[in-house]
Amino acid sequence: MATDITSIEPGAVVRSGCPAPKPRASRMPTQWFGVAPFFLFAILFLIAPTAYLIVGAFQTPAGGFTLANVAELWQPTIRAAYWISIKISLASALLGAFIGLALAIAIVRGGLPAWVRGATLTFSGVASNFAGIPLAFAFLATLGRLGLATILLRDVFGFNLYAAGFNILSFSGLTLTYLYFQIPLMVVIITPAIDGLKKEWGEAAATLGATQWQYWRMVVIPVLWPSFLGTVILLFANAFGAIATAYALTGSSLNIVPILLYAQIRGDVLHNPHLGYAIAFGMIFITGMANVFYIWFRTRSERWLK
Amino acid sequence: MKSGKFWAWLTFGLGAAYFIVPLLATLEFAMRMRRGTYSFDAFAVVFGDPRFQQTFGYSVTAAIFTILLGVLIVVPTAYWIRLRMPHIRPIIEFITLLPLVIPAIVIVFGYIRMYGSNSALPFLGSTRGTDALLVIGYTVLALPYMYRAVDTGLRTIDVRTLTEAAQILGAGWVTIIGRIILPNVLIAVLSGAFLTFAIVIGEFTLASLLNRPAFGPYLQNIGANRAYEPAALAVITFAITWGCMSVIQMLARFAPKSANRPN
Repeated sequence: MATDITSIEPGAVVRSGCPAPKPRASRMPTQWFGVAPFFLFAILFLIAPTAYLIVGAFQTPAGGFTLANVAELWQPTIRAAYWISIKISLASALLGAFIGLALAIAIVRGGLPAWVRGATLTFSGVASNFAGIPLAFAFLATLGRLGLATILLRDVFGFNLYAAGFNILSFSGLTLTYLYFQIPLMVVIITPAIDGLKKEWGEAAATLGATQWQYWRMVVIPVLWPSFLGTVILLFANAFGAIATAYALTGSSLNIVPILLYAQIRGDVLHNPHLGYAIAFGMIFITGMANVFYIWFRTRSERWLK
Repeated sequence: MKSGKFWAWLTFGLGAAYFIVPLLATLEFAMRMRRGTYSFDAFAVVFGDPRFQQTFGYSVTAAIFTILLGVLIVVPTAYWIRLRMPHIRPIIEFITLLPLVIPAIVIVFGYIRMYGSNSALPFLGSTRGTDALLVIGYTVLALPYMYRAVDTGLRTIDVRTLTEAAQILGAGWVTIIGRIILPNVLIAVLSGAFLTFAIVIGEFTLASLLNRPAFGPYLQNIGANRAYEPAALAVITFAITWGCMSVIQMLARFAPKSANRPN
């Protein structure tokens, strides 16, 4: 008998001596039943389709492993598409973030009447969801060749926008259009963070003899930094995946990644289905990397705040 | 302080100009249809177009089903997480945020490859199946907003006490979720629902790639072929979005601010 006891794991002895864990062991699965529908839904319709494309990006048509599809992303047209997409997303995210921040600070801290704040936040809620095709229509009616702003600038101020090199169907035009939903999104997300800046901090800093600039540099910016950065990343992903606005605005004349992928899905314009997977993989990779950066920055800044 | 106020007004004024000018310009452009005078002709043409009525009706239906499916998936999950499994909340939150990271066009590309007519789940083999897949895709896109709205709503009620009270009175899980939890977070669910509606109504990517006759592809088609109608449609869509957001704000006024005993 003694030899039997040595062969039994210590945990097993404890378990046999104590009946309590038994009901927990049987409760464990029923507990998971409650979230099973959600996980099933998420796996079937979010994770599996994405994983399917990622795996496909590294497969030959016969099913073997290859890096050729991803390597083909370096051909000039596709590389150019990625580059202009990244430029537009980055420009609209950064501009949107800084302008949105300035607006949020103005309405929270600027001593403006209360209705200004209310109106701005309401409008931001609307405008941040006013994207897609109607937004393209609105900007064509404003800054297109026959748009109101174009005509007013020409007839009243004698300034011909299009002769000056502007085109709504270009990098600057698309960035300007994207700002219409990027700025409000920033305002919506960052206003609560600015509200969270306690008045006492400013008073404490002033009591200790800090100048306004020192208060901003040492208190406000470190506190706002993580949410600011997080929102920039969100805005970047937001612009990077957007297709409807660009498609309605430019047709397929502006070669950005989502439009390229759209054409590929519709008609295999690249004549290689697996290259389509690689483009999708590239998009996920870029937005994914942006988030990794965000998490990394955030853990760093949190350590700093401690 | 005086100069601070000046800069605040200036920032606000510039921002307001950037946001209001395109709206005015769009309205003005839409009213230019009849030569030499302003008229609402473009709006009349749009509203009289049977394709407008059909596609708009289709998208409204899709939005309603999306909201129902979203509520069905999100409410029990968020409830269960609060009640029994708070330790896996980070995982759930991570998953609900994924649709903000993975572009919609990538998700629908995956659907097209995975659920074709020769696959194990041939959604794309039939029209009804494709409609279902479109609604499912919209539910995924709306997941971040729906989950956050419902979770915020649940935070304001005492989930545990309500559940225990219902259980003592002999209620089953369906009764608890359907008749106790859902009515208590109804305002939060409704604000999630209206946000979902605003997202779904003009959505283009999914509807276009799944070849469904929704409002988004109709907008694109009109934009490519007409001059004044697109501007009128932009004004209409903006009004719909505005309406949805106003309802959400009104609902927020009725929402309870905090629970008596927050858990």
